[in-house]
Amino acid sequence: MGRKRWKKMARWAPAAAVAMLALSGCGFLQGRQSVLDPAGPVAQGQLGLIESSFWIMIEIFIVVSAVLVVALIRFRARPGQTELPPQVHGDNRLEFLWTIVPALLLALLAVGTVKQSFADAGSPLVPHSMLVQVTGHQFWWAFTYPSLGVVTANELHVPVGQKIELALTSADVLHSFWVPRLAGKTDLVPGKINYIWFQADKPGLYYGQCAEFCGTGHADMRLIVDAQTPAKFNQWVATMSHPVSTPTTALAKEGEKLFGTIGCSTCHTVGGTTFAGAVGPSLTDLTGRLMIASNTYPNTPKNLYNWVHDAPSMKPGVLMPSFSYLKAPQVKALVAFLESLK
Amino acid sequence: MAATTERIPHVIPSSSAYHENKLVSWLSVVDHKRIAQLYLLAGLLFFLTGGVEAFIMRLQLAHPNGHVVSAVLFNQLFTMHGTTMIFLAIMPMLIGFVNAVLPLQIGARDVAYPRLNALSFWLFLAGGLLLNSSWFLGGAPNAGWFNYVPISNPPYSPGLGVDFYDIGLQIAGIGTLMTGINFLVTLVNLRAPGMRLMRLPMFTWTVLVTMVLILFAFPPLTVTLFLQTFERLFGAQFFSVAAGGNPLLWSNMFWIFGHPEVYILILPAFGIISEVVPVFSRKPLFGYTSMVLATLAIGFLSFMVWVHHMFTLGYGPFVNSIFALTSMMIAIPTGVKVFNWLATMWGGQIRFTTSMLWAIGFLFCFVLGGMSGVMLAIAPADLQYNNSYFVVAHFHYVLIGGTLFALFAGIYYWFPKMTGRMLSERLGKWNFWLTLIGFNITFFPMHFLGLMGMPRRIYTYAPGNGFTFWNEVSTFGVFILAAGVLLFVVNLFTSLQRGEKAVADPWDGRSLEWSISSPAPAYNFAKIPLVRGADPFWLEKMHGNGRMLPAPGQEHHHGPPNTVHMPRPTMIPLIIAAALLILGYGFIYHALVVEILGFLVLVVGLHRSMFTPDPGEYVPIEEEPAEEVGADG
Repeated sequence: MGRKRWKKMARWAPAAAVAMLALSGCGFLQGRQSVLDPAGPVAQGQLGLIESSFWIMIEIFIVVSAVLVVALIRFRARPGQTELPPQVHGDNRLEFLWTIVPALLLALLAVGTVKQSFADAGSPLVPHSMLVQVTGHQFWWAFTYPSLGVVTANELHVPVGQKIELALTSADVLHSFWVPRLAGKTDLVPGKINYIWFQADKPGLYYGQCAEFCGTGHADMRLIVDAQTPAKFNQWVATMSHPVSTPTTALAKEGEKLFGTIGCSTCHTVGGTTFAGAVGPSLTDLTGRLMIASNTYPNTPKNLYNWVHDAPSMKPGVLMPSFSYLKAPQVKALVAFLESLK
Repeated sequence: MAATTERIPHVIPSSSAYHENKLVSWLSVVDHKRIAQLYLLAGLLFFLTGGVEAFIMRLQLAHPNGHVVSAVLFNQLFTMHGTTMIFLAIMPMLIGFVNAVLPLQIGARDVAYPRLNALSFWLFLAGGLLLNSSWFLGGAPNAGWFNYVPISNPPYSPGLGVDFYDIGLQIAGIGTLMTGINFLVTLVNLRAPGMRLMRLPMFTWTVLVTMVLILFAFPPLTVTLFLQTFERLFGAQFFSVAAGGNPLLWSNMFWIFGHPEVYILILPAFGIISEVVPVFSRKPLFGYTSMVLATLAIGFLSFMVWVHHMFTLGYGPFVNSIFALTSMMIAIPTGVKVFNWLATMWGGQIRFTTSMLWAIGFLFCFVLGGMSGVMLAIAPADLQYNNSYFVVAHFHYVLIGGTLFALFAGIYYWFPKMTGRMLSERLGKWNFWLTLIGFNITFFPMHFLGLMGMPRRIYTYAPGNGFTFWNEVSTFGVFILAAGVLLFVVNLFTSLQRGEKAVADPWDGRSLEWSISSPAPAYNFAKIPLVRGADPFWLEKMHGNGRMLPAPGQEHHHGPPNTVHMPRPTMIPLIIAAALLILGYGFIYHALVVEILGFLVLVVGLHRSMFTPDPGEYVPIEEEPAEEVGADG
């Protein structure tokens, strides 16, 4: 008897293994961009739906595969069978049952779906929120804080514990704003403004990237949300509001001059100077950035040198032209200037 | 009666063009069975092309910051991979099966419009060749298979690639639309006496619904391709924000086509499974009526869900909720199908032929794909899945684990009827297991990658995101998958040469196609059969003498005795398709001379098509197998 029972249980082993794997909390799927490691209420709510739907689906899958496996074993053709199996054409009660049961399970999911859809929705009226305008460009992000008068690029600074409302639009093609640990994605559409909100509960860096194919540089259009304590955030705002951009060394002064003459300033804005180009990312407080090239390379003098020298070789599709015709001292001067932007 | 004879002035005494010159006979083909072979062969070649593209992409993604291909080439590869697999591989192979099987299952001698059928094929081939020629003519399209604007519009995609996409798909799409019309008319008019709608084999039912979907889904694609062609070639501004256009017009038009398209790809697959499972379980299909209703429900709902591809576009919670609910509803009829298949097996005598193995593999993988499908329908959760590798995993589970596995089940099942030879079961089992294992190793980890935050369509990724391990696993799997698929190609060509000769009814089948010899003769049925119930051939085997009875009053042609009146081969469809191909190149290159040439050929082709009536020809009935004489006596 015992053996028979054991055999019976063994049939469920694969299903049990799947369940255990899922139960282990998917620790093996953590990462700095992981949906399964939410850091704010919006992503948390979305993960809740992912998990509840996953469990319902797993249950159905276990039932279906168990029935399938049992059928395949019990009803396999055996040699010497000549009698026809009963030619059953259907069973109204059974067919009704497996129409109605999935429908009820789906109804359960539908309620959560509608609730969460409305909870996630941003509108111009999200109370007590800070508004940031996000504009997608091939292949970088522009962030404008209208209430603070601050403009920056690629690294979105936010205070923790506060609702942040984003007004998303695009200057060229479709892009999509996705920082999985904070919120699911919303597209940036030219001629349309989409509103979403999120909140970061703990200070830290939250990684994301463009999630709507936008051209050659799509994979390198990356994104960092830097969630800071309110004090640190205010400090950052103060820096951005009074940027220091007066070069002190002769080399940096030379660089500043070049910046204006060779064309950099037609595209880039530098806070505190007369450079006010609006095509490429703002370079205000460049030394405060962790990364360059839309978060593709660490912000080191060496990377900055290579970038100024020949950006297209570092990031395919980048719209910034190559300046490889410049001589090494000139590039060094430009880098010295950029390194003085605080 | 005399008038009828006069309308057929030229009588060809036998099927002369059929054997004369092999090349000519293929170029002028109108027989649905040979058109089926053309579809399957061309589809297979495009499938292998798309597979090579996928293979290169997997090599590139095996490691972070990979350097196998450039970003520019990678973007062309994923665009062409998707476009090729959907439009030039999976759909044509399905249409190939429809051609091969449907007229046989309803007891017809051909489709309603054999010439149009040939034109459909040649247009598909012309469109596919035009699209793929872009690789050699300055670069393939690179805006993704759904080719969203503005990225596909001139300022952002200045090359010719997207023009090849627009015009290639336009030409192929016209062919598909004709297929839809052709088979609908065939299904309405050419069913054998007694083949009522509720006696149609389930494959035929799914094809009927599929053809309705084609009829309503392809026109939006045609229109939107035209809009973009006008925008790119002649400077129209339908999608340009600056000129008051709307880029979301494309997204909506495309998915109004695109979602029914998904069901165009899966419904015939359901049909194949519904044929294979009963035969190899020795039981009738469980719940025939509910299967028909489920198919109709899926077909209807498929037009109600397109926004679920665009939950992130910002239509707001109200619109998203509605489309989330309609999308979830599709799971109900789909679930009914799955449970009915299980119930068909339950209590049967299951034979594990290669065909049946594929059907079982289908059930496992398709159910997984269906589950992730329901998860994707949950709009707020989809904001996380959308455009991530989770979606990539999902649609490969449905398209490979679903449609492709069903295609394999179908080819092992119907190959004897199509060619007169059996595919090797031994190679077939290797083909199945390698493909199944390789497929799961390749695509299951993609669910994980999506949840870890990996977007689709990226040519590379940063090492810090933790994507590396599962990408390595996935690329490892693709080698096994490729080996499995290549074994099929080996099986196909060796079995065509040396495969075991097939008998008329190798699987103890239930539907009409198994009542005629393998391969089916040119005219399919020497006598149009009388259908006395569902599963008509099974019925005759159980309650009759094992042969179809001839339907009374069906043969009334005025040709020689013991002949069947069949359509005559013609090159006109080929000429029309060639004209559109020439016109297509003319438009892409703004070459007036080529445009005029294409137009002239088109006029000639259409003129010949309209003013050359098809006199048909009388094909002699092959000598009847001796056994039948005995059985009748």
